[in-house]
Amino acid sequence: MKTTYRALLGATALFALAGIAAAETTITVATVNNGDMIRMQGLMDDFYAKNPDIKVEWVTLEENVLRQNVTTDIATQGGQYDVLTIGTYEVPIWGKQGWLVSLNDLPAEYDIDDLLPAIRGGLTVDGNLMAAPFYGESSMVMYRTDLMEAAGMTMPEAPTWADIEKAAAAMTDKSKEQYGICLRGKAGWGENGAFLTAMSNSFGARWFDENWVPQFDQPEWKATLDFYLNLMNSYGPPGASNNGFNENLTLFQQGKCGMWIDATVAASFVTNPKDSTVAEKVGFALAPDNGLGKRGNWLWAWSLAIPASSQKQDAAKAFINWATNKDYLALVASKEGWANVPPGTRTSLYANPEYAAVPFAKMTLDSINAADPTAPTVKPVPYVGVQFVAIPEFQGIGTSVGQEFSAALAGQKSADEALAAAQALVTDEMTAAGYIK
Amino acid sequence: MARAVSTRRKSFNTAAAWSVAMLLFFPILWTILTSFKPEPQAVASPPVFLGFDWTWQNYIDVNQQRDYLRFFLNSVIIAVGSTLLGLVIAIPAAWSMAFVPGRRTKDLLMWMLSTKMMPAVGVLVPIYLIFKTLGLLDSRTGLVIVLTLMNLPIIVWMLYTYFKEIPGEILEAARMDGAGLKDEILYVLTPMAVPGIASTLLLNIILAWNEAFWTINLTVTDAAPLTKFITSFSSPQGLFYAKLSAASTMAIAPILILGWFSQKQLVRGLTFGAVK
Amino acid sequence: MPTQSSRAAARLMLSPTVVLLLIWMIVPLAFTLWFSLQRYNLLYPDRQGFNDFANYTRFVASPAFLAAITNTLILVLGVLIITVVLGTLIALLIDQPLWGQGAVRILVISPFFIMPPVAALIWKNMFMNPTNGLFAEAAKYLGLPPFDFLGQAPLASIILIVAWQWLPFATLILLTALQSLSSEELEAAEMDGASAAARFWYIMLPHLARSITVVILIQTIFLLGIFGEILVTTNGGPGTASTTLPYLIFKEALLDFDAGTAAAGGVVAVILANIVAIFLMRAIGKNLDS
Repeated sequence: MKTTYRALLGATALFALAGIAAAETTITVATVNNGDMIRMQGLMDDFYAKNPDIKVEWVTLEENVLRQNVTTDIATQGGQYDVLTIGTYEVPIWGKQGWLVSLNDLPAEYDIDDLLPAIRGGLTVDGNLMAAPFYGESSMVMYRTDLMEAAGMTMPEAPTWADIEKAAAAMTDKSKEQYGICLRGKAGWGENGAFLTAMSNSFGARWFDENWVPQFDQPEWKATLDFYLNLMNSYGPPGASNNGFNENLTLFQQGKCGMWIDATVAASFVTNPKDSTVAEKVGFALAPDNGLGKRGNWLWAWSLAIPASSQKQDAAKAFINWATNKDYLALVASKEGWANVPPGTRTSLYANPEYAAVPFAKMTLDSINAADPTAPTVKPVPYVGVQFVAIPEFQGIGTSVGQEFSAALAGQKSADEALAAAQALVTDEMTAAGYIK
Repeated sequence: MARAVSTRRKSFNTAAAWSVAMLLFFPILWTILTSFKPEPQAVASPPVFLGFDWTWQNYIDVNQQRDYLRFFLNSVIIAVGSTLLGLVIAIPAAWSMAFVPGRRTKDLLMWMLSTKMMPAVGVLVPIYLIFKTLGLLDSRTGLVIVLTLMNLPIIVWMLYTYFKEIPGEILEAARMDGAGLKDEILYVLTPMAVPGIASTLLLNIILAWNEAFWTINLTVTDAAPLTKFITSFSSPQGLFYAKLSAASTMAIAPILILGWFSQKQLVRGLTFGAVK
Repeated sequence: MPTQSSRAAARLMLSPTVVLLLIWMIVPLAFTLWFSLQRYNLLYPDRQGFNDFANYTRFVASPAFLAAITNTLILVLGVLIITVVLGTLIALLIDQPLWGQGAVRILVISPFFIMPPVAALIWKNMFMNPTNGLFAEAAKYLGLPPFDFLGQAPLASIILIVAWQWLPFATLILLTALQSLSSEELEAAEMDGASAAARFWYIMLPHLARSITVVILIQTIFLLGIFGEILVTTNGGPGTASTTLPYLIFKEALLDFDAGTAAAGGVVAVILANIVAIFLMRAIGKNLDS
């Protein structure tokens, strides 16, 4: 390794001497169209100043399209991408397949040990860091302090589901298009599937028992779904079965939601006066629980990884190092303020007194620390993952189950029918995939 | 069309036709209007129709995020390229089917159309693997090939039906005068076929421009056309109606303008032989 | 009379198209048939081998399959009925003498130029969204509760979007046909005292039959493959309320990454599409013969 490196250096020097410009390496980076990624694309001058011989081509796509394109490519060894933006769901599965390049050899100043342990654990396969977290998130309660005050109530720091229901009832005024609570209802494993799975953890439910037998016929799931449906039907906005993260964000920013339980990264959007009409009136609390020892919050990290099929792994590593190290956080802070720094990846960020002044910093960290992907549920489970089950089949079954729950929310099925259908289709899939013998 | 009609009747027709036309066009108009609104006004309730603070900001933002010109050029190259290639292949075929019909010509045509019935998504993995092997992934050449093959049946059919309208006697007469096959095609047939070819060309440019499965799934950056451009804006975080509208307007404007200017030519041949 | 040599030339000119289409049909189809018999999941590269038609039985036995077939038929039929009926009416209207005919035609034709993802995004967000859409605003103005189009009537909403896209196509073809109808015939009928309805029924409609056939044929080919609009608007839900056959295959291919089952679905879809094609030919094909 060292000799090649030296040889390379020598060669480069030779070229430079000969007056030939070193060939520019172009890397293709696939990413989601989230605010933090878009912001990064605006800061590329800094990267080019530090890496003049690397050029970055962006592929910015909506999450689902990104996942389809990238998975097809990596599974067929298409080699079209050099850096992928993937989540904590893909990393363990793809890492195990040998599709990703280990990032253990990132330079020392990257300081791998500074990564938040919960996040790092989710991205590590067999001791190898397979992806570098760009931002991490959990979920929490965001609520309107003015409406709570008007109702004469206060939100506890760690509310129970009963507290949430009471607050939702107090804040709802449908004549003013003001809905007590906004939750995800749009079908999809990463939409309502994520929310309901995380929520079910706090109700003591689980996807599978230790023998991979689906558990949708158990009372815990029934309790989860009944509570969710009652909450949404009584205090939720119309058309909730099509609301995902984005739709709810828009609603909350317009002041139409009293509470919203969703990703912690949303905090910087709802408190940004440029987009939000309620920027000054938002409070934060931990995701609710039911006193069973688990809260209804998830853990996710959008992370950068290098596919093994990439031909330009060194340049890709240079890019990942730039995009996820401490300097990048400082760079964003200097240009856009601390509130806009990609959150949830580094211990040092939360130790920084300047960042501690950001209103949602502490709650984000507490939420992330409250999630444990390796022991997500009250009862034991054979899988890893809080709001998902880290097996390849989950995208399919998570979406199908999400469809059933979405149909229940739209009133086309009863909770019992939806759960029975979910139980049947998951059993079917798991049998076909060979989990259930 | 020299039917005498009272002014009153004509006024009524005009009012009715314009109402229908506006109703059908309204979604497009609304999108264009929204693209000039500041984000908060794009979701204002009640909606603002014209009295908003007109701004170019959304277009600037969208263009800053994605390099529109590159996607646009790819769309043009892919749409025009696949259509021209398709015409080159299809014109001889349509000519021979129209003027030297065999017993099986109809069946052949129907078979060609039936190749369009394979759902694209069912063959994505095979095509992806083939493209990877041939090094065609994310290349304009690859997309031109796929879209040519996809639209070839429609091109052949349109041309065939149009050529069939050309009276055979004229060709006979040309042959009597000693015109060879080449002259026959070049000097006799082509001038008569130009309107049909133009119309076929236009329709297929539209179809290729709007194709949104292969163009999204076989491209990355180099060959990505406007359909892929749109997927970057379909649901970003936060308020997005105005930016989405701006991106949409940018994606549809070129083909819309082309369509408006050429609609006479387009319509003339768009009969698929249905008019006798 | 075609001569021997012109026949040979004709065959020569025909062959590139036929050969290319044969390749385009056979190569993917062969791959698809091969994959459809295999255990082949992109996410499990190590699991391979034949699996005794399990892909087919799984695809056909899945609870969504029947719903998908029904929804596909409803979607195709719904769009066909709307576009043909409204297309005829609009064509009749535009064919009347009126001011600004050219401009009206331009406006009516416009939806045809809109790329499907854009059309779906516009309708979903700016019209059908139950809190921020224009329909909700209209309902509010009328004092009605907003209607959740994509949640409560998903398939009908998708039919509406797709019909909007294809209405111009039908209208244009029917309009061209109407304009080719000799006005003497109509005037003669008018002189004889035939009512407007009678003129439409006995003169115009038979004249339009061929065009209607063409509209149905072409649209069916495109409509059978529709799934982009569904993906953008409802994701096939709620439940399976708007899952069509292509969407179901999409789900196998790009959510489960089960290339084997997706291939089996593709084969099933081809068979069904050909059944529809044969049926279509039987039912209306004679209109096409000259």
